[in-house]
Parts: sequence; structure tokens; C-alpha cells
Amino acid sequence: MPATPVVEKTKIAVKDLNFFYGKFHALKGINMEIPENKVTAFIGPSGCGKSTLLRIFNRMFELYPEQRAEGQILLDGENLLTSKEDVALLRAKVGMVFQKPTPFPMSIYDNIAFGVKLFEKLNTTDMEERVEWALRKSALWGEVKDKLHQSGSSLSGGQQQRLCIARGIAIKPEVLLLDEPCSALDPISTAKVEELIVELKDDNTVVIVTHNMQQAARCSDYTAYMYLGDLMEFGATEQMFFKPTRKETEDYITGRFG
Amino acid sequence: MPEKHLSTQFDAELTHVSSQVMEMGGLVESQIRQAIYSLSQFNMDAAAQVSAKEVRVNAMELEIDHALSSIIARRQPTARDLRLLMAISKTTANLERVGDEAEKIARMVRSIIQSGAPRSLPSMELRVAADLASGLLNKALDAFARLDVTAAVAILKEDDLIDLEFDGFVRKLVTYMMEDPRTISPSLDLLFVAKAIERIGDHAKNIAEFIIYVVKGEDVRHSSMEKIEAVVR
Repeated sequence: MPATPVVEKTKIAVKDLNFFYGKFHALKGINMEIPENKVTAFIGPSGCGKSTLLRIFNRMFELYPEQRAEGQILLDGENLLTSKEDVALLRAKVGMVFQKPTPFPMSIYDNIAFGVKLFEKLNTTDMEERVEWALRKSALWGEVKDKLHQSGSSLSGGQQQRLCIARGIAIKPEVLLLDEPCSALDPISTAKVEELIVELKDDNTVVIVTHNMQQAARCSDYTAYMYLGDLMEFGATEQMFFKPTRKETEDYITGRFG
Repeated sequence: MPEKHLSTQFDAELTHVSSQVMEMGGLVESQIRQAIYSLSQFNMDAAAQVSAKEVRVNAMELEIDHALSSIIARRQPTARDLRLLMAISKTTANLERVGDEAEKIARMVRSIIQSGAPRSLPSMELRVAADLASGLLNKALDAFARLDVTAAVAILKEDDLIDLEFDGFVRKLVTYMMEDPRTISPSLDLLFVAKAIERIGDHAKNIAEFIIYVVKGEDVRHSSMEKIEAVVR
């Protein structure tokens, strides 16, 4: 099966993972190792299972009773599918940013402070520092520093998405899952988010699902190509876009897929 | 490219730029043929025609480069498409250099004719190497059009023959110059002709290497024949 790239250290190991939506077999025997402090991108046509896989990494699928995962997802060696750990704590470690910006109906400041308060007791100064740190890291500080107490939904789409990323990183997760984070953004906001993704890997392991292959090419270290629930190929991004091993991958990335 | 892209326009652009390369290749081949003819017949008119075609060859190089930049800017090609465009760019540069070599041959032929003693030189013996080189370029362009790696490897091997011919010719030329110092000046011109022919073979070889690069994704420049055969296998 797909060659797993030689990685420095594995953050998430997926072993014999199968996933079902009711009777529909959505992921078929996935095996892969996602390296720590790298950006791993998932590409593939709609319905290939890439978002499904992302949603298993923080057990988001458990919100729906008819969905079922079999196999193992080892986060730092521990199977998170059978872990007794509180799912809220898991999601603090494995944060997620969605396709559409989802600011909370509260101020910009509170959007970020809200999550932090759930896990840490910070005094006002520390909290202010944390909010500023998260906003700076998401390249939003300069644009919002004078209106931190305005509503988060008053921001533009691109700013809202960066706010969601700021909210995601404010609780200092180990892994950040990004599901099509730029699909609703203009090119400038997209460029800022991509810049941020590359910076994030110093402290985080980043996993990104994207329809935009050039985005995967620009900001990921490793790329996985999925098709109809199978992991077709997984390798260094440079190799995947220059000389993929499988013909199916090449057809997809060169636009011959049909 | 046998399989089609989802974008028929992209296919059309690739087809167009590939046909431009073939057209440029055809033009350069006709330059070589005329250069060889001017050499074997010491024909001033043929030599002049080689130089006249140079303008068109240079213009085509610019046209193809422009088309390539446009495709890269608009399509963001990857994998095999990217390798094809890179190879086309380099092939075009090599073809332009072949045109320069043909022009150089024509210039030397004019100089030899003007020196007044063309018949006494062993110019006919260059004919073998010249035909080899011209044939090699023809095969390289044909293999490029079909992306035929087997033919590409054969071309790489054949280029060695031209190099051998060149070495033999240089030795022969040296004996001519020693026997009659008056032939030194036209002999040097002929040496440049021989060198130009040898270079044409090298350019054909480069083009053959790019074919392997497109199809196999391996850059085989500066590689041993064993390694190249392992890549192609």
C-alpha cells in the first residue's frame, strides 16, 4: 500500500482505519503516519473521504450516532478512538478550523478568551497577552487591535477565518486540523492564512484538507491523495507534484481526472 | 500526451506549443542540410541561405518561450505536464544552438571558398560525420514527438560515433597542415566546421535526455549509460 514517507517523528498514526456512515463504507483500511511539526495536506475529489478522515482525528464524528470508526488512531501512541479521555480535552489538543468562518456571537476578544477559559485559569494580564499572541500569530492583530470589543461577526470573511484560527491556536493545541480553511477567502486573505500555516508548524502539527491543489503544493510538507475512501498515495509534497508514483495521482494533479 | 485534460483548452495549448517545437526543429534541420550541401559543393548561395534562416529560428525560440511562460502562468502545470514544458524550453534552446552551429558551418565554408584552395582539403570526409549528426537530430525530434524513451537511449549511444569521427578527422587534418603549411588557415576553418558538427550531435543527445526526463521523471544529464538504462528499464 501507499508508501509512508520517512518521518522524523510520528504525531498521529492511523492503523487499519475503516469508517462507516451507516452501511456506507467511507474509509477503507487507511494506514498512514502523520509527522510532527509538519504540514500534511489531503487532496482528492469530493467524496473521497478526506474530510471524513479529518473529523475522526478529533472524534468529531461521534456527534452523529450512525457513524462508526474501526481501527486505531494513535495520537502520540495512544489510541484516541478507545481513549477514556474527555473528548473536550482531546479537542483542546487537536483543534479544528472549518470551511466557513464560525465566529461566536461575541466580541473579538471573547471569541479567543472563551476557549482559553475552559482549560486555563489566567489573570487578566495573562489573558490579554494570550489574546494578543493568538491574534498576532494569525496576522490579524494589526487589523483588530483597536476594536477588540466589537462583535466578531463585524469582521470581513477573511478576517473572521483568521479569527477562528486565532481561537484555535489560543488554547495551544498540539495538532491543528484545517478543513478547507481558505475556500471562502479572497487571494490576499488566502495568502495570509497560508503564511500562517507554514509558521504554525514550528509549534503544531498541521493537517489541512483542501480542494485547491496549488494550496497543498504551496504550504504542505507532505501530501496524501485520496480517492473513493482509499489512500492512493502519500509522500513528500515536492515528489507528489513533480513525479508521483501512481498514475492515478498524476492524472488527478495534472487535471486529467474524469 | 495520450490522455486528455479536463480542460480541452489546456490540451490545445500543449499541442500547439509542441507543434511549434517540431516546426522549429524542421527549420533547423533544413539549415543543417543546406550547410552540409554548401560544404560538399563549396556553394556560396547555399551558405547564404543558412544564414537567412537564422532570423526565423531565433524568432521561433522567442515565440515558444512566450507560449511556455503563458501556459505556466495560467495553468500551473504539475508532474508530467510540468516536465514536458521544462523539456520543451530546453529543447528549444538546444535547437537554437544547433541553428547557430549550422550558421557557423556556412560562415566557415564561405571563408574556405574565399581562401581559394577548397578542393585540396579533406572536406568530403566530414560528410560522414555531418550526415550522422543531421540524422541524429532528426531522430531526436522524432523521438521527442512520440516521447519514445527507447529511441532516446539509442540516440545517446549513437552520439559516441560522432565523437569518434571527430577525433579521427582532427588527426587527419593535422597531417594535412604539417605537409603543407599553406593549408593551415583553411584547415582551421574546417576544424571549426568539424567541431560544429560534433556539437550538433551533442545537442541531439541533450534533446534525447529531455525525453527520458519527461517520461520517467529522472534527470539523466551527466549520468552513466548504466544508470540511464536502469532508469529506462
